[in-house]
Formats: sequence, structure tokens, C-alpha cells
Amino acid sequence: MRKKGNGQIIYMPGTESHPASILIKNGRVIDPANGIDERLNVGVKNGMISFVAAEVPQYFQPQEEIDAEGMWVAPGLVDMHVHLREPGREDKETIETGTMAAAAGGFTAVACMPNTNPVLDEESKIRYVVQRGTNCPCRIYPVGSITKGLLGEELSPFGEMVRAGARAVSDDGKSVRKSSVMKNALNYSKSFKIPVICHCEDADLALGGHMNEGLMSTRLGMRGIPSAAEEIVVARDIMLAAYTGARVHIAHVSTAGSLRSIREAKKMGVNVTCETCPHYFTLCDQDVEGYNTNRKMNPPLRTAADRDEIITALADGTIDVIASDHAPHVSEEKDVEFDAAAFGVIGLETSLSVVLSYLVDKDILMPVDLVEKMSLAPNRILGLDGGTLTVGKPADITVIDPKTKWKVDSSLFYSKARNTAFEGMELKGFARFTILGGAIVYMRK
Amino acid sequence: MKQIELLMDATALDRALTRIAHQILEKNSDLKNLGIVGMQTRGVFLAKRIAEKINGLEKTEMSSGVLDITMYRDDYRMALKQPKVQVTHIPFDINGIEMILVDDVLYTGRTVRAALEALNDFGRPKTIQLAVLIDRGHREMPIHADYVGMTITTRANQEVALKVKEKDNEDSVWLMELEKGD
Amino acid sequence: MALTINHLLGLEGVPKEDITLILDTADTFYEVLQREIPQVPTLRGKTVVNLFFENSTRTRMSFELAEKRLSANPLNFSTSTSSVTKGESLRDTMRNIEAMKIDMVVVRHSAAGAPSFLTKCTDAAIINAGDGLHEHPTQALLDMMTIRQKFGKLAGLKVAIIGDILHSRVARSNAWGMKTMGMDVTLCGPPTLLPQHPQVLGVRVTDNMDEALFGANVVMLLRLQLERQGSGLFPSIREYRERYGLDLDKLSKLPDDIIVMHPGPINRGIELASNVADCSKSVILDQVTNGVAVRMAVLYLLGGGENA
Repeated sequence: MRKKGNGQIIYMPGTESHPASILIKNGRVIDPANGIDERLNVGVKNGMISFVAAEVPQYFQPQEEIDAEGMWVAPGLVDMHVHLREPGREDKETIETGTMAAAAGGFTAVACMPNTNPVLDEESKIRYVVQRGTNCPCRIYPVGSITKGLLGEELSPFGEMVRAGARAVSDDGKSVRKSSVMKNALNYSKSFKIPVICHCEDADLALGGHMNEGLMSTRLGMRGIPSAAEEIVVARDIMLAAYTGARVHIAHVSTAGSLRSIREAKKMGVNVTCETCPHYFTLCDQDVEGYNTNRKMNPPLRTAADRDEIITALADGTIDVIASDHAPHVSEEKDVEFDAAAFGVIGLETSLSVVLSYLVDKDILMPVDLVEKMSLAPNRILGLDGGTLTVGKPADITVIDPKTKWKVDSSLFYSKARNTAFEGMELKGFARFTILGGAIVYMRK
Repeated sequence: MKQIELLMDATALDRALTRIAHQILEKNSDLKNLGIVGMQTRGVFLAKRIAEKINGLEKTEMSSGVLDITMYRDDYRMALKQPKVQVTHIPFDINGIEMILVDDVLYTGRTVRAALEALNDFGRPKTIQLAVLIDRGHREMPIHADYVGMTITTRANQEVALKVKEKDNEDSVWLMELEKGD
Repeated sequence: MALTINHLLGLEGVPKEDITLILDTADTFYEVLQREIPQVPTLRGKTVVNLFFENSTRTRMSFELAEKRLSANPLNFSTSTSSVTKGESLRDTMRNIEAMKIDMVVVRHSAAGAPSFLTKCTDAAIINAGDGLHEHPTQALLDMMTIRQKFGKLAGLKVAIIGDILHSRVARSNAWGMKTMGMDVTLCGPPTLLPQHPQVLGVRVTDNMDEALFGANVVMLLRLQLERQGSGLFPSIREYRERYGLDLDKLSKLPDDIIVMHPGPINRGIELASNVADCSKSVILDQVTNGVAVRMAVLYLLGGGENA
């Protein structure tokens, strides 16, 4: 049991005893896969979903009851873009602390990126991560690298990585510079039916930049990263996907131009999905004011107009997934002058709340859209079995309180890192209970 | 601040300056070697008038200048922010000169001490003589005036305020007192 | 009379009254510099650290001279011989220096915002001597002082700043400061050397030198960094000189009372012809003299007294 001062508790699987049966009553069950959005009772037994019904069956004797009055009961949320830093930078985060942060954020599964040290570019590295993830309060699905060592030259062995548990490939952190290599990667991925997750950035255009190139960067005297740097590679990767028939997933979309390309591609039937992150639909480059390094990430915060386009694209379904791009850093790499600061912000413990406060509370997304974008779609894209509350499936459930206000205080996070873009901000809503395979792994009083 | 007593009206002020001009001439025979420097702010106007009187009496044009001592104050460490510095302009070589330093009020003597230090950076006068309109006592330094318009006793909560036509539209010297709440 | 600001990080947002106070004070220090003993005791006992992470002989010398003329104790720190090469962070460098009890910091750094970052690391007053592509406020102040000396005023005068605007923190600080003082500023250079989003500076921007010079009272040339030719920012020196350099021929077509300025060091024969640099309209050397006076004024106004 790991407690925090503000009433948060994590129960580690395997080491604690968990109730064999749980009744979640009076909650609003939101399960778009099964077409459900109504007040129902959910029963969990022996790690699986036992029933979802208005009446609790006679035979069901729960050892534990959760009163979900006023709350939503959703299939476990999945964050398909996180950096767990292990192996190599356990000072920033470990698989253990990262999965605790995920559980605290309401996630029952995460997909972790391969830009560790060593890079996850072969079977043994994938196995290492999977094995380290046992008895962690969140499922881990590693993403293997596209190229060996992330060097952009030779393809990693997709087959053996998938066999070991990888669910996608990506060179996240950079793009595959050579288009010929990318084409080969896309073609090869088809054999394994995995998506290729694309970090789209023209390294040459972006070189030396620390924030979005715009009015703000000019004012602050900072070299900028033009939005074209992202848009050029988005267009390239989409065209190669269309050409090869492979499946691509565009990571952390941040600009209006990228969305234009994606919308058009989808209309044409290209097999492309995409994700954005909470900071791109809430903040913009003006928020870097005062050289705040907790607003420095890659891709950078763009203009207010880009932000508005992202919001529109979330509402109209162009954006399929919301993921955090959780990027922990130690304070020595953030508490420095802006140029020297590392790119990246954490997000596991604020993602759900930001979506609730800025999208659902403002009726830009309906609750069912939240479940679609943070549970069902990530499951579908990664070929996982979750995202539903179907009877007989493993009980991965997130119970969401959409109303209660709280103030972000990173000192109370389960993550090792403190570099959040939302420090001190007032948010509305959070995960009250995270249930993993029928065990309550997280609760917040 | 309230006015307590009119120490000098325009006529008295003018007579005092005339007397001082005569006294200076009496003590310093070589006019070619005489220089007068007024201290910012109001000492500048007094120095100008004394110079005009001397020039009128002797049909001459004596060397004159103005001095700001802000940068030589001994209390700069205590000021929260630095006060605004005014013009210093001494367009003649002060080495070997009989220098007349003019200020409106002599009080603790610290301002004059600062002026002596400042003049030291300009050169080495033969003599420095001090002319003040009012000597109000309470010296904190061993400084004395060679030419005095009027000597008065004052209390610590009082102030001597000189008004000059050029700046304040009248010529007068008032004794002022701090009121409660000042 | 006092400054409203506690540090000089830039001229953006600095009120007109503050700039005027600095320039007025600089005028009085200019007089001090003409004296036989050009020194005043005002900052006696105060220690000023010249924290230069970027190489600069002239700016550092100018600051050091200003500090000495105010009777302060300058302390020089330059990266080539320091702990920074051993990987010490900026914050630690500042803390270690501060532990030796210093009063003010003059800092030049390649990262924009580094002086701003330092205000969070120390109680000492910070003066920005140039941070990345952001600002170089004392240079702009001495430029304005020089212009005011020649014309007796600032408001209403037209200034053309010509050269590598994109990489010039001097152009930026001048744009902010001169705009505040009611001057009409035009920035001019080849499109590759202009910022992509110049509107935020609030001044006219053009790539046409004739347009920039039209009606100008002041023309300021910026140094062209010759290394930038290799990176595709301009095709050749010859073309640059032709289109953006100032020679006697172009100068002769301009009003007689125009003045020519340059922050230095000059690339003779490139942005500025030799005979223009040395002609009577050039005030380049006055800029250097005024630089010491302006820096004395800034040190004096920020440095004296106990901060409450």
C-alpha cells in the first residue's frame, strides 16, 4: 500500500490481498462498445466482469462495495504514449513508479515508448520491460523501435518483438529520416498487423529550436520550431501509408496543418489514426511566458489558432485518441535556463482531469467520447482486448468522479518527476477508483 | 510642514547677498584668481546673484560654475534608491584658485564635506571659502562658514526653506516646522 | 526619483520615465568622464560580477571601466577559464559566486532568458549584457543617448536599422526602447535575415534599403556575421554590400544632418565603407564613450543603497 497525503492510496497487485468480488453500484456505466450509457450496477468476480445490470443478481455476494453515485463507470483507460525511462534513466522514472502514476491517473494500461537506454529494439529488451511490469498496478504494452538503436538505418526485428509482447513500433523522439527506410518499415509492419506510430518532425527545420516559431518566440528572442517541421513529415508518412497500404498512427499532433492532412487522408480511406495530448488543447505558445521550462516540450505548444483547431478536430472525430506523452525529467534538467532545459512534461496524473475540465465540462466532448478516445480507440489501435465492460472479460475498470475540484500539486504525484505543465491549476474531476483485473489498485478519498 | 517665521523677505535677502559680495571682495584682492561655485539646487541661484553683484561692483566677469554632490554623499548606502543626479559644470581650471563655495543653508555640514571631496577630484584650489545664506547650527562635522547671511538657532524638527524668484516665484526665507503626521 | 525596475533585463515594457531617468543620469556621468579625475565614490565597497558566458572584450571592458569609475570592485568571470567547462550549471555558478558576497551581476549568456533565470537564483541586481537573440538593453540605451546628444531630443526622429536583424539583440532592444520614446523605427535586411514574425516588435520592417532610408535622421548598420554565408542566409558578400551596405554614394543622397551609427565591431567595406565609418557624420566612437556613461548610470541607479 502506498499512501499520499491527499487521500490517494495505491494497492500493489500480488503483494496485497484484494477482495475476490466487488459490487460497483449506482454509477453511470458508459460502454460505447456495447452501446451502454445508463445507470447500472457492475459486478466483478475472480478478476472478471460478472454482470452489468439494473438489478444485482441474488447469488452475487460482494466482499467489497463501491458506491458510484454521481460517478461514471468506464472500461479501464489506456494511455498509449508514455515514457517509463526504464531501462537507463531510472533516476527520472521507473516502470514501477510510472505504472503507479498511471493507476493514479485512472489508467489500467499504458504503451511505453522504446527510446530508453538501451533502446527497445529486440526481443530481450521487450521481455525485460514486460517482466519488470509484473505486479505493477497497470498493464504495460511495450512499443518496439522501428530502427535499430533509433538510428534510422536498419529495421528492428518486428516479429520477435511482437512475439515478446510489443504491440506497435515507433522511433518516437525522432522521425525516420530516410523515406526509403520508412517505406520499408511500413511494408514490413503489414506482416504483423501492427500500427507504425509516427513522431513527425523534420530534424533539419527544427534544429536549434526550443519553442514554436511565432510571435512569442520572436518576443522572447528564442529560436523557433516552425509548424511546417511537423506538417512536412505528417504528409510524408501519410503518403507512404497510402502507397504501401500499411497502418500509421500519428503521434502527438499539434498543428492545424497536420490536422488538414489527416482529415483529407481519412476521407480518401488511408489507414491513418492520430492522437493529441492534453497540453495541445489547453495551452499555447503564449504560456511559455517568463521562460517557463514546464511548458517546453516537443512538439512545442503552438499558437492559439492551432489549439482551437485541435479542439475542433477532437469534437469532429478527426483525432482518435488522447494520450499524455508522459515524459519525466529530473529537476537538474528542467530547473535551468530555457535553452538548456530538456523537452517534455509528465501527464499521467493530470490527463483525465484535463480532458474532463476542458473538453467534457465544456460540452466539446460527451462522456461517451471520452471513453472512446481514452479507452476504446487505443485498445483497437493496439489490437488489445480491452476497452469494454463485456461480461467475461478481465475487469479493467475506471470509476470517474467528474465533478470534484482539485488543485494540481506535483509534490503529491506518484511519478518520480515533477515537471507538469499544469502546476497549481484548478481542475475538475479525476479517477476515484482504478480496478485492474478485478483488483482495486488505486483509490482516492 | 507649517510656516513659523519669515526670516528674510526679498529685501533682506538681497541686502545679505550684497554684504556677502562686499565681504568676499574685501578678503580676496586678486579678482583674476577668484572663482565661485554654487551647490545644487538653490545655492546655484545664490552664487549667480553674488557673482553678478561682484561683476557689477568691479566691472569684471568672474569664473563661475555649478556643483552637484549627490555622488559624494556619505549616506548613499542608506538610501533605498539613488536620488537623481543634477548637472555639475565647472568650466574653469580650479588649480590655485581662491574658490568661493555657495550654499543656501549650513546645517550638519555633511553636504559641504561632500563638496570638498568633489572639488578635490577637479583639482587643488588655493583656498576654499564657504558662503551660506543661513547658518542654522547643529554641526556634525568640523565645518564653518566664512560668510554668513544670518545665523539662527533651530530645533531638529524644524527646517529652513529658501524660495527664489527663478524657481519659486518669490524671494524669501521661512522657518518651517514639522507637523504631526508629516 | 528612482527606477521602477529592480533589474535591467531588457527594454521591452520599460516605461518612458525609466529610460529618461537613465539617459539624464548618463548625461551627468558623461560630464564626470571629462574631468581630470573621472571617478566618483558612489559605489565604493560594492562588488559587481561581470559574468560573461559569451566572449566579448568590448562590452566587458566598457562595464568594467564603468564599475571602476564608480569606485566599485569589478569581478570578472569568463567561461573559457571557468568551472562551466567542467559542467557546472548556471544556478550553481551563480550560487558559488554569490557566496563570496556580491552586490550586482552583469551577465552575458547565449541562452535567451538566462538573466531572467538568474533573478530567481540570487538577490543581487541583474543587468543583462546580452542574452541570446533576446535583448542587449545597455547598447540600445547608449544608442539613444548618442542620438539625443546630437539632436537634442528623441521623439519624432526616424531611425533605420539595417543588417542581420534576425540574429541581432541590439536591433530588438532598440526597437522596443525607441518605440517607447516615440521614435519612428524601420528594420531592414534581406528576407532571410529578418524574423519570420516581426509584427510583435511593433515597428516597420522592409527588405528595401531605399525605403528604410527615406527621411531617416539616423542610420544604424549592424555587423554581418560572415560565417552565416555558409548556412545559406545570404548568397555573397558582394551582393549583400550592394543591397544593404552603406557607402559614400548612398550617403550623399541622404540629408546633411543624418548620423551614422554601428554597435561595433565593424566589417569595413561590407556593411559600412571605410570612408563612411570615418566621416564626420559617423558617431561610432561617441557611442563607445557614451557606453561607459550609460553603464555607469545603470549601475548607479540599480546598485546604490540597501534594497528593502
